[in-house]
Amino acid sequence: MSDLTSLSSTMLYTAFAFYSIATVIFGITVTDKNKQKKKGKMGAVAISITITGLVAQLVYFITRWIAGGHAPVSNMFEFMTSLGMGIVIAFIIIYFIYRLNVLGLFALPIALILIAYASMFPTELSPLQPSLQSPWLYIHITTVALSQGVLGISFVAGLIYLIKQTDQKKRSKKNMWLELVLFSLLACVGFILSTVTFNVLDYSATFEYPSGDRMLTVEYNLPAIAGPPDSELITEGVNDAWFEAPGWLQGSNAAKKFNTLIWSLSTGFILYGLLRLIFRKRVGAAIQPLLKNINADLVDEITYRAVAIGFPLFTLGGLIFAAIWAQIAWDRFWGWDPKEVWALVTWFFYAAFLHLRLSRGWHGEKSSWLAVIGFAIIMFNLIVVNLVISGLHSYA
Amino acid sequence: MLVKKIKCECGHINPEGTVLCEACGKPIEENQHIDGNDKKDLLNMRYEGSSRRSLTYNKSIIDKIWSFFSSVKVGVWLIIIALVASTLGTIFPQEIYIPADAVSRDPAIYYEDQFGIFGKIYYQLGLYDLYSSWWYMILIALIGISLVICSVDRFIPLRRALKTQKPKRHEAFLNRQRLYSESSDISNADKQQLIKRLKKLRYRVRSEDGHILAEKGRFSRWGPYVNHIGLIIILIAAIFRMSPLLYLEDYVWTREGELKVIPGTDGQYYIENKEFIIEMYDEDDERFKDAIARLGGQAEKNFQSNVVVYKNTDVTLPGAEPKLEKVKEGQIELNHPLKFDGYALYQAGYQQNEFSKMSFKLYEANDGDQQAIETFTIDLTKPETEYKFDNGFKVVMQKYYPDYYFDEDYGEPRSETNDPRNPAFIFKVYSPKNERPETNFVGIGQNIDPTSENKYKLGIIDFETHDVSGLSVRRDYTLPLFGLGALIFMIGVVQGMYWQHRRIWIHPKGHGVLMAGHTNKNWFGIKKDIEKMISGTNIKMVVDQQSENGKLKEENDE
Ligand code: HEM
Repeated sequence: MSDLTSLSSTMLYTAFAFYSIATVIFGITVTDKNKQKKKGKMGAVAISITITGLVAQLVYFITRWIAGGHAPVSNMFEFMTSLGMGIVIAFIIIYFIYRLNVLGLFALPIALILIAYASMFPTELSPLQPSLQSPWLYIHITTVALSQGVLGISFVAGLIYLIKQTDQKKRSKKNMWLELVLFSLLACVGFILSTVTFNVLDYSATFEYPSGDRMLTVEYNLPAIAGPPDSELITEGVNDAWFEAPGWLQGSNAAKKFNTLIWSLSTGFILYGLLRLIFRKRVGAAIQPLLKNINADLVDEITYRAVAIGFPLFTLGGLIFAAIWAQIAWDRFWGWDPKEVWALVTWFFYAAFLHLRLSRGWHGEKSSWLAVIGFAIIMFNLIVVNLVISGLHSYA
Repeated sequence: MLVKKIKCECGHINPEGTVLCEACGKPIEENQHIDGNDKKDLLNMRYEGSSRRSLTYNKSIIDKIWSFFSSVKVGVWLIIIALVASTLGTIFPQEIYIPADAVSRDPAIYYEDQFGIFGKIYYQLGLYDLYSSWWYMILIALIGISLVICSVDRFIPLRRALKTQKPKRHEAFLNRQRLYSESSDISNADKQQLIKRLKKLRYRVRSEDGHILAEKGRFSRWGPYVNHIGLIIILIAAIFRMSPLLYLEDYVWTREGELKVIPGTDGQYYIENKEFIIEMYDEDDERFKDAIARLGGQAEKNFQSNVVVYKNTDVTLPGAEPKLEKVKEGQIELNHPLKFDGYALYQAGYQQNEFSKMSFKLYEANDGDQQAIETFTIDLTKPETEYKFDNGFKVVMQKYYPDYYFDEDYGEPRSETNDPRNPAFIFKVYSPKNERPETNFVGIGQNIDPTSENKYKLGIIDFETHDVSGLSVRRDYTLPLFGLGALIFMIGVVQGMYWQHRRIWIHPKGHGVLMAGHTNKNWFGIKKDIEKMISGTNIKMVVDQQSENGKLKEENDE
């Protein structure tokens, strides 16, 4: 059994490597000037490597399924890697419709970030709690992952459109917002980097803090900038927290999560600062020249098409299958649990997108912003609602 | 009502408010402002320039209400408001999700206690029960109304226009389409080739005097109307579900070994709980041991109640002894409810190790060996108050606290619930020698003599426990309606999103042709179709007039 588990994780690393290589090659197709034929060939190589990576990830998925005895979609690690896979699958489908290489340059890094981000959560096989023991687990979650992958492609296309079209000549509200979007991607990378670094260093600091009339302990794996309120450091030889996390933060291990957030943002900020130093311009402005030859109308069309494909899938997986399962498991198909509410919010949002798109004034830039916001809502539901707003669905 | 008609030069009679002639597509001069065509080069094709009530009549109050609700802008605003409102309810838990171990499950106390001033505001604004508040329901109802009016306003004229359209179109219709080209000197062979290719691409080709209309996927135009019908069915189902006739929810706690009427069934059904089982994962399981260790060494695998359901065949006499007939025997687990005669029972809760029986002994307080003088057993499911013995002793249960705790505020013992989870008793012991009874307080691990002068004491010597299953009872006749609505919604969105209505017009002019194309979505797709269809002919590829003269005036169609 454990052979299978290790094969499974090797395959995930393999997929990660292939996606990274494919990203680089897609990058070359974009910079490679005016040699149309060569571009076509490079594109073909890049997409083949992407597909190979997908096959590796499917092997990861299947072997982990066999090893654990249930579909690997039952915790944060497993779901986020599936979402990464969803984006790759959606990218491949859209690629074969539109043959747009630049899409790979942006879509694959998003998938990579998701998979790396996922790996920061506990990755060992875990037993299924009773409420998850149903075939609807994988029917519901795989459809959701795929639909969110497709909607992720609309985000990617929207982002490309915005980077290409936003006026970078002088500082404006628009290009500041765009920088904020790029910064938040860097903050995810920052989270991954800081977690990996202190994992390698085997950092651990334990705090004891009061909760009601009990004393609880919490283990920090990142040096504590913000410690739990009224806490005491137990571990010796490590630095104490600089300050206490605000007391109104609720939920289990809120202070630790707050600390992780500080680390992610500050590492992200350092990365962002470095990029600004290297390029001596806004990050958006630095990427913009790469997109010179891209047809903005086509990118806009992809943004819309991806929503048009993703919306019915999301309705099916995120609302209908979810409702069927909730009816079987919890006696009600809808219960206004935070996760459910945010699925509804996502659905309302994309419905609004589709309706707005009926009027011409909402094409192009506005649509692109909507696609970015839509994906932000999806990520909010995945990360914040799971980790911060607790409910029936919280995994971690 | 006298309805004004508009006659087009092609001879077709259009209803008032028509923007583009239903037959030939010629723009009708005086109505161009309706679809905003006067301000731009391309025609607004969204509703084929058909006459919509909302944009035609605006006199009476009904006209105004109709126009208001049939605006997509209003619809989108309603959706956005509902979206934002919905998020508010997730800031803090909703009332139903207040955790069982909270200070108080009373929202008036809980929110302020837990979340301070924000919690207090949250409570006062009523956000703790947002989704059943009147204003949230009104919001959803408004979306429903808007949906219906909007759809009716557009569906009927759109259908009429699409049915009436003729292959022969006015030139002004063609050259104001987004995809357009003019080619000169086109041979008949080329035209035949074109038709052949179009048919191969599965277009329906119609011609009239050499004018060609190739069309496919028209049915996808009905997608939004179909999906809106689905939504309406779901809203209607939600209204039906408010009626107890169609939707019933209840809850029953049943002890192992107990036979009990199922609430909500009017005494028709009884349930017997044979056994409640919790299974744990094996913490030594190679696969899961790391995860189980991280979760604290225990992970639940299964919650299960083995039950028998009976039907009372004689409900004529209320209060009469029920005549029970077995209906179903089975197990209820999470994800496996037990269904019978339209009802479903769900494993929803449990209570382990409640006390069912407790045995006591009576002994002399100064007897070091605590030799029993008498023993007796209390059946906690139906406790009796007096226990008399042949040797003259008598024990009277004066107070019984099934779930004992000591209330510090009041300085007296109390019972937290009515369930025997931590039973405690106040007994009076009458001995044949003493006239005055002695008071004894007995609980688990406690034996208190309030006077410190008692000659006799009581001690617990044995007990039996049972588990209790919490089962939720449901009967929901609205489920099929919800299912139907969801199915229709899915059919509608797929129909509207995965297919597109593509049309290509060919218009002979002199020796050449004018060609125009329109699709409601996926312009990339129709351009590909056109490329395929003209390859090898002399017909020029269409130009995308929207991106070509990129500076089209701001279009403000809805
Ligand atoms: C949550 C509620 C709603 C959902 C999920 C929904 C869904 C949809 C979808 C998926 C489409 C197809 C869009 C497309 O083809 O691009 C659509 C179209 C449309 N919806 Fe809704 N809708 C909702 C509410 C409304 C409301 C309130 C109105 C009324 C104002 C409305 C009016 C329309 C109209 C007019 C169309 C366009 C039909 C067309 O021009 O092709 N919808 N709706």
